[in-house]
Amino acid sequence: MPTFMRRGTVAAAAALLTAFAAACAPGSSDDKPESKAPAAVSTDVAKAGNVTLTVWDQEVQGGQKKQIEELNKRFQAKYPNVKINRVSRSFSDLQKTLRLALSGSNPPDVVEANQGYASMAQFVKAGMLLPLDSYDQAYGWKKRYPKGLTDLNSVTDGGKLIGQGKLYGVSLNGEIVGLFYNKEKLAKLGIQPPKTWDEFEQALAAAKGKNEIPIAFGNVEKLPAMQLYGIVQDGVNNKEAVRNLVFGSGGSWTDGPNVQAAQRLGDWAKKGYFTKDANSIKWDDTPVNFAKGDGVFLFGGTWWAPDLADKMKDKVGFMLPPAPQAGAPTATMGGESLPWSITSKSKNPDVAAAYINFITSPEAMDVSVETGNLPALAAAKQPDQPLQKEITAAWGELSKNDGITPYIDYATPTFTDAFGGPLQELIAGRKSADEVMKAAQDDYDAFQKKK
Amino acid sequence: MTTVARHKTRKSGGEAPAPRQARVESRPPGEPRRIGWLYVLPALLVYGAFLLWPLVRGAQFSLYDWDGLGTATWAGASNYTAIWSDPVLRGAFGHLLVLIVFYAVLPCCIAFLLVAVMSRSKIHGLAFFRTVLFLPQVVAMVAVAVAWRWVYSADGPVNTVLGWVHALGLPDWRRGWLGDFTFALPAVGIVGTWVGIGLAMVLFLAGVQRIPRELYEAARIDGAGAVREFFAVTLPALRRELAVALTLTTIMAIRNFDLIYNATEGGPGDATKVPAYEVYNRTFNTGEVGLGCAVGVTLAVLAFVVTAGIRRLVEGKDA
Repeated sequence: MPTFMRRGTVAAAAALLTAFAAACAPGSSDDKPESKAPAAVSTDVAKAGNVTLTVWDQEVQGGQKKQIEELNKRFQAKYPNVKINRVSRSFSDLQKTLRLALSGSNPPDVVEANQGYASMAQFVKAGMLLPLDSYDQAYGWKKRYPKGLTDLNSVTDGGKLIGQGKLYGVSLNGEIVGLFYNKEKLAKLGIQPPKTWDEFEQALAAAKGKNEIPIAFGNVEKLPAMQLYGIVQDGVNNKEAVRNLVFGSGGSWTDGPNVQAAQRLGDWAKKGYFTKDANSIKWDDTPVNFAKGDGVFLFGGTWWAPDLADKMKDKVGFMLPPAPQAGAPTATMGGESLPWSITSKSKNPDVAAAYINFITSPEAMDVSVETGNLPALAAAKQPDQPLQKEITAAWGELSKNDGITPYIDYATPTFTDAFGGPLQELIAGRKSADEVMKAAQDDYDAFQKKK
Repeated sequence: MTTVARHKTRKSGGEAPAPRQARVESRPPGEPRRIGWLYVLPALLVYGAFLLWPLVRGAQFSLYDWDGLGTATWAGASNYTAIWSDPVLRGAFGHLLVLIVFYAVLPCCIAFLLVAVMSRSKIHGLAFFRTVLFLPQVVAMVAVAVAWRWVYSADGPVNTVLGWVHALGLPDWRRGWLGDFTFALPAVGIVGTWVGIGLAMVLFLAGVQRIPRELYEAARIDGAGAVREFFAVTLPALRRELAVALTLTTIMAIRNFDLIYNATEGGPGDATKVPAYEVYNRTFNTGEVGLGCAVGVTLAVLAFVVTAGIRRLVEGKDA
């Protein structure tokens, strides 16, 4: 028995050791995808034979879901030899599963990969996405879109820098984080929609004075505070400075205007301008509460517009946040919806490219309007619903003035925790603006060093 | 209650070798015994493929710097030192200590109190109370988290009651509990206490029923009061049950992910981050797979140490 026991232990230990030796370093497998672009591209889908295209998207919400279903239907009608296998997940679920799916041996053909250092840059670094430049020559996406929008979907070799380099995706919808307001409440308070930050401050004070909640806000997820910060930052800092900072090509989070923006947030919190205990309210509940009448203003993305219009009818209005100086063009956070990218291991990159071209065509922009969304490019169709009209006008103004700044969470892969967490403390009155911005800068420095 | 059963078999397994050895020697050496491996083979394969192999790979990953996508680079023990040097992770282990109090120590104390009361008097409908108190154990943790999120919400029951209290002239204690930097962790802890009480109580009740009534009578004749009786008779007799309860609830605290993930996502700030949540967060959200695995391995070791420690402490060295 003792010898048997010992022999068993030795065998187990040996097995464990062999396992260790046999298992090579994680991620160093030989099937590292070719990140080179294909030599010759074909735009002839009909010749591709019977193809099943697997597409992973995050278009699960009402209008967006309708939009992509309609586009998929039309694409398959146009090319009967192509069958689209659609897999859709919510934004945050897709973020988590995409990493695993892409590193597998049989990833989807087309995926919506979020911009920024946390997603797209890492995927590019690992060689998992196909550079689209050769397809761009065939389809002319860079001519179709303004430079600001294609830059946002570009990454330099090795995932070093975002905002420049090769093109890795094309987006369908536009996004603005702006200011929703309750028209009825503003009228009752006797206030006009504010044109400057001073007027906005006055409006907030007036609302507070009448026992209204000035700003509907829910911040369990930390990301909402970062979007709010970004808007305020665009109201005090120069848009070029913000872009350089987020893209990692210059500037510091502890620069004067950036601290000033945090200061303003802290002041609002201190004066009780936010929904009480905002840190314990879910982001998704914010528009619900706002629609119920809890809040005069709501900072939020245009992705909430279809739902708000549905619930509030003509009581809800949308405007761009005030400009830094009166009369100057406004800048605000936003950009485009998640870009559609092709994976390096896709067996049908030509068909995938044709699909991406189709869902970003002028026809697709019309479908976007019809389904209540904001198309990235001006569509021939005009929206007929008032809120959607206001949003389309705002998008037109932003595009004309080149006034879109990138989302702040693009800055580092850990920024939501490293900056969003301290922002929660700022809102709870536990940290000063200086401390918060220093925490952001520390994380930013650490990432720049690693890059 | 398979977990309890498993625990007990593990223990008796440790004492088993002697009789088994005798049986082996009564047979021709090396002949039919190995067939035993065939019997356990299916279970062993599953166990190996889904438990041992991931464990080995996890331990291996923890020695690399890996974003989960590209090629990993050798990191040596740096991920393990990072657990100590990273203030967020260090904080997470601190929160774990607090939660162990709420998840393990408090439920056992409260359950003892309940059992002490129950063992002294006959209660009608005992089965009913037992079921009600045990119920939280049966409900899925996700459901528990969702329910308690409502209980703690701005207009949930806790704040409603505190509103009445405020109306009586006391200070206004209402707040968003799970979003409050000071109270979020205790608030989550209380949920753990609520879940743990039932388990500890059912275990203790079973143990108390085994204690001979004569011991209590003897104690009373010797003039022991309720408190004395508890420490002289009930507590020593329940040592084994206490060890099981403490082990199970502590392990529940150590691997507490679902409650945190569903109730607070580690927030506000880092106030309710625990190591088990960070394993997930670092691996899937921030792309620090090596670090996530290092935290996981540390947790596994911690669970082993704590389990062994509790057994020694409560059951004595011979156990």
